[in-house]
Amino acid sequence: MRHLISIRDLDADDITRILDTAEEFTTPAGEPARKYPTLRTRTVCNLFLEDSTRTRISFDIAAKRLSADVINFSAKGSSVSKGESFKDTALTLDAMGIDAVVIRSASAGAPLLLSHYLDVPVLNAGDGWHQHPTQALLDLFTIRQHFGRLDDLHVAIVGDVLHSRVARSVIEGVTAMGARVTLVAPDTLLPPSLAPWDVEITTDLDALLPELDVVYLLRVQRERMSSGFFPSSREYARFWGMNVERLARMKDRAVVLHPGPMNRGVEITADVADSDAALVTDQVANGVAVRMACLYLLLGSGEPQQEAA
Amino acid sequence: MSSPARSAGEVGRSATARQVLTADDLSRAVTRLAHELLEANKGPQGLVLLGIRTRGVPLAWRINEAIRQIEGAEVPTGAVDVTLYRDDLQHRGPLPLGQTEFPCPVDGRVAVLVDDVLYTGRTIRAAMEAVLEFGRPSAIRLVALVDRGHRELPIRADHVGKNLPTATDQRVSVTLAEVDGADGVFISTNSRGGDSEGGG
Repeated sequence: MRHLISIRDLDADDITRILDTAEEFTTPAGEPARKYPTLRTRTVCNLFLEDSTRTRISFDIAAKRLSADVINFSAKGSSVSKGESFKDTALTLDAMGIDAVVIRSASAGAPLLLSHYLDVPVLNAGDGWHQHPTQALLDLFTIRQHFGRLDDLHVAIVGDVLHSRVARSVIEGVTAMGARVTLVAPDTLLPPSLAPWDVEITTDLDALLPELDVVYLLRVQRERMSSGFFPSSREYARFWGMNVERLARMKDRAVVLHPGPMNRGVEITADVADSDAALVTDQVANGVAVRMACLYLLLGSGEPQQEAA
Repeated sequence: MSSPARSAGEVGRSATARQVLTADDLSRAVTRLAHELLEANKGPQGLVLLGIRTRGVPLAWRINEAIRQIEGAEVPTGAVDVTLYRDDLQHRGPLPLGQTEFPCPVDGRVAVLVDDVLYTGRTIRAAMEAVLEFGRPSAIRLVALVDRGHRELPIRADHVGKNLPTATDQRVSVTLAEVDGADGVFISTNSRGGDSEGGG
């Protein structure tokens, strides 16, 4: 593993290796988080060309818990806003002796392009509608933590699959680990082709509820509403929103995941969001451990012959 | 059948390997180490045993058991995985991580690190850093089953089971029933040089 661009680059063994490593970075309840000297003298650049709060902070904390130096580079107020090309930004970073780049971009493919310009590991923190691999890994980690396994589970991904990089990564990660995936969405919010994916589709969430282990809710992007993808947030909530009545019809151990930020009252009601079935805060906490694992595994392999995965 | 633990045992029993401690010798050495530790500490009070992964952990538990038999006292016993504290991550690549388990806070206690082979001292330096990151023990002591020399850092063990003069191209393997199926200490000449166990 040289870069982390797409979940599709990982097989089940790679994913298991990342999740097992992340296990060691989780903080036992009641203990303060540990800091490790592992990446001392290494510099990680957070190159955030699109707004992000939780992912940037999560990567920032992960790098700092491993004692790496962190440089936060955002588009606003940087040379990018002065019109510097993407390639020149990359070459500048390279010349300054960066050891890894975490990149968030509104353009699908930017992390892959960057990996061609740089010799150091590139970690994709979300690119356009394409991929958000660390989000999928932390979701897999959270699901495995709850059920003790990933295979033989039925996961429904509900909502705006079309515009969601999270959905693309989660679908590929969950199916790679042997779980069953059903997409629940109005036809307007599904991509025109589902060809590479081994998934089922339905518009009827209610019929599916009793057999689900995981309901994964995608965020409703409010700007989509005005574009006619669905009539109103009230109608969305009525057909695809998670509420206590729907939760009650699921298995006892079933859980609800959401990548955040949540629109309470649209895709999830407040009482579900605050219930024990919602693992949203676990997802956030596990995000740090999973990103520490990714940084450790990518920055740890200095010599090409040590390449294990 | 070909787990790493098993193959370490196989190396020990290969034709070129010479056995330097038998299972009985090893057991007597552990008992003596427990006695020495108790004598130096004037009893079991305030001790916490921390085995360094992999083979230091069962050794720490054996010392724990020996102390129980001698004094009837239970000494808190845990494990330290030094992987994240190593100074050679960039040369070796990301090794799999093991769990670090502190059985109790170390503040004000005597933390006793337990390892199978003391070699360069780098593993011990890393283990000390792990312990100091967790708390402030009143002292850190080191127990090694075998001291094979060739230190690269100013570190020495407080209690040693067996001093074993070696050449750098020799390999010392400790096998323990819990990990490898049988107890013993073996020395063999390794054509590639050095100790692939990580040079503790």
